[in-house]
Amino acid sequence: MSAPATIVDVRGVDVELGGRRILTDVNFSVRSGDFTGLIGSNGAGKTTLLRLMLGLVQPTQGEVVWPSHAREQRRVGYVPQKVALDVDVPLRVRDFVALGDDGHRYGLRRRTPDTWRRVHDVLDAVEASDLAERRIGALSGGELQRVLMAHALVSAPELLLLDEPLANLDPGATEDIVSLLARVREREHVAILLSAHDINSLLGVMDRVVYIANAHVASGPTDEVVRPDVLSKLYGHHVDVVRVHGRFLVVTGTTSQEPVAEHPDLVVE
Amino acid sequence: MHWLFEPGIWSNAAVRTGAGVGVVVATVSALVGLFTVMRSQSFAGHALADVATAGGAGAGLFGFSPLAGFVIGSLLGAGAMEAIGVERVRQRDVATGVVLGGATGLAALFLYLITLSSSSAGSTQSILFGSLFTVSNSSFGVIAVVAAAVCLALAALGRPLLFVSVSPDAARARGVAVRRVALAYTLLMAVTVGLSAIVIGSVLSTALLIGPPAAALRLGRGLWTTLALAVALGVGAVGFGVVASYDSYYWWPSHRALPVSFCVVALVVLELVLVNVVVRTTRRRDAGARV
Amino acid sequence: MFSSFMTNAWIVGTVVALLAGATGFFVVLRGSSFAAHAIPNGAFAGAAGAALVGVTPLVGLITFAVMASVGIGASRRHRSDVATAMALVMMLALGAAFLSLSAAYEPQVEALLFGEILGVATTSIAPVVIIASLCAAALAVMYRPLLFNAAAPDLAAVRGLNPQRLEMGFMLTLALGAALTVPVVGALLTFSLTVGPPAAARLVTRRPGSALVASMVLSVITLWASIAASYQSNLPVGFFVGSLSALAYVAARVLTQWRGRRV
Ligand SMILES: Nc1ncnc2c1ncn2[C@@H]1O[C@H](COP(=O)(O)OP(=O)(O)O)[C@@H](O)[C@H]1O
Ligand SMILES: [Mg+2]
Repeated sequence: MSAPATIVDVRGVDVELGGRRILTDVNFSVRSGDFTGLIGSNGAGKTTLLRLMLGLVQPTQGEVVWPSHAREQRRVGYVPQKVALDVDVPLRVRDFVALGDDGHRYGLRRRTPDTWRRVHDVLDAVEASDLAERRIGALSGGELQRVLMAHALVSAPELLLLDEPLANLDPGATEDIVSLLARVREREHVAILLSAHDINSLLGVMDRVVYIANAHVASGPTDEVVRPDVLSKLYGHHVDVVRVHGRFLVVTGTTSQEPVAEHPDLVVE
Repeated sequence: MHWLFEPGIWSNAAVRTGAGVGVVVATVSALVGLFTVMRSQSFAGHALADVATAGGAGAGLFGFSPLAGFVIGSLLGAGAMEAIGVERVRQRDVATGVVLGGATGLAALFLYLITLSSSSAGSTQSILFGSLFTVSNSSFGVIAVVAAAVCLALAALGRPLLFVSVSPDAARARGVAVRRVALAYTLLMAVTVGLSAIVIGSVLSTALLIGPPAAALRLGRGLWTTLALAVALGVGAVGFGVVASYDSYYWWPSHRALPVSFCVVALVVLELVLVNVVVRTTRRRDAGARV
Repeated sequence: MFSSFMTNAWIVGTVVALLAGATGFFVVLRGSSFAAHAIPNGAFAGAAGAALVGVTPLVGLITFAVMASVGIGASRRHRSDVATAMALVMMLALGAAFLSLSAAYEPQVEALLFGEILGVATTSIAPVVIIASLCAAALAVMYRPLLFNAAAPDLAAVRGLNPQRLEMGFMLTLALGAALTVPVVGALLTFSLTVGPPAAARLVTRRPGSALVASMVLSVITLWASIAASYQSNLPVGFFVGSLSALAYVAARVLTQWRGRRV
């Protein structure tokens, strides 16, 4: 089997917004089929990085390269964290999902049965088939999130970008969405890049991590990135990485180099 | 100064009263309009002038005082808009449109019935454009009193209104009755617009309600400075507009004066354009300096 | 009521109502009621200007309607209502200046505002039908982008939809429709049909296509009823169109509230 193709390559990118440096020398790439977690605390620049990839933010240095021309061909799906949605628009869920395929096209092309089959297919993939006939303005937050995923998936993207889909979810719902995304990746053969401020909910499914801190990023397989030496370099000061029951705890702001505790279940790396 | 103030301009009583009323209305409109612009209620602000006109036509038909007709018509319109629903911006747009559409239908009926009964020519045009020069001295007192009452009410409402306009969610969280404050403000706007619509016509009413505050807001200073700027720009446009209109009689050999409404609106638009140009060029220069 | 004298009114009225219903669907969707009010009202000032310069009113109407729509369409999204208000008052004030300089007759002004649908000339049928078809074609081409942009502007932008261009296209369509319908049925009548029936239609269905059709049907019914009532009562058509349009919306609101949930 040949190596998976690169979908997007972010090369030495700097971003400034409002005269302030937000991101510095960002390098990473996403290959087809990857499940990548984009991890960083609030305000670290996750949304900015996603918008950079979509071409909605311009870099001051470096470039974002799409070797397969996925972006020109609009084969990138995006689920923003917040959507300004007019709830009064007379639109069923399936109409809205279909607009993800042809909503940007001027002209009179009729929708074929194939289009509708595809719409129902992606609604099925995100386990939202029962919502198809509902009015878009009458959905709950969780329902809307699934519909937005279907909307992003309907044009068969190579890469799905999701901005903090796990924010504001209770632990059970978080697990549901993460496992749903894992199934979507298999079923739709789509690479996933998902931003989150907590790394642990993604550990089971994530192949690679892009970790943002202090305007810099480190990227690679999870075990190679989430380590005290790598993260300390990123943050610019000493950082502890604690493992409890197979979960990570990144402790920043400590000046001590001592182990944090002597608990038998605790491994300080 | 001779070229600016044609001989005899201030000895004309109609011009004096007109200028006085214009200054009063411009001041109230600028103060009230600042919130209209901040709250993106320009459409309602304009529509109420047309709704007030329907009220005025109704008053004319049934023999009420026109001023009462304008103000009550405007208040009823504002009440109807609020009743239809104003939670979201697009709902507000529809509510305003529906009320405006219905009111213009009524205006069409009243005006038709008036022409049937009295054949009073010139009504449509004077209702649309008004004329500062036809305000009688006696109505000046009433207008001044109503205007002062509006200013007092606005001062009382000011703080919660500002809070609600800037961040409605935070205001709601702090226990401010957002809907009630919004309703109170819309009614206040209705009185202002009804008043100015009868005095200066619906066109000028909208121009003075929206233009000077929008220009003042563009300059981006503190609240008091912005209020003062808005009043200055509004009063300035009215003052120079009256003078220009009076003078324009001498501009053409045909001796046809330009309407006051045209002169004032042109000045208001000019102010807004100039402010926009100035703000944009200084912003660009600042941005250039930073790089 | 169906005499040959009235035939033109029925034909032109139906075409205008269909167009207003279709345009209005998008006007309500996009929250563009103010522009839909400002463009035809401002355009009427152009007719006064045309009289002053001595060209046919249609030239003035189209010039002013296009000027207004470009001014509104090019404004920043933030506070575009201010731009609309300013465009409107500037055009009306120009209209006032033109009128005072050219000494045009008041009845002409009134006709442009309130319309003369019962006195439509046979020669104005063909232009109305042609322009209405052009507008309908433009709306059809923009149908999905307009829907998408209205429902979720950010997502539409991510998919590469240029909102500025779309807004400009829509405003120009409004202008074209206004320039032609204003002299025939008046600025006020068109506006009432543009907001009331469409706002009612979208309450009673959740399918975009059905809402569009319902909007057009409701608009035509409103106009037909108004023409008939006006013919019977000798009261102005504008009165019936205005009040029936508002009534249609209120009825739809009451109906959905009474049913207890939205469709
Ligand atoms: N348009 C903008 N202008 C100036 N600064 C911005 C802009 N957008 C975001 N920022 C700043 O960039 C930083 C990163 O923001 P963001 O990418 O939204 O972070 P995250 O999504 O990780 O929470 C924040 O400090 C934010 O204030
Ligand atoms: Mg973010």
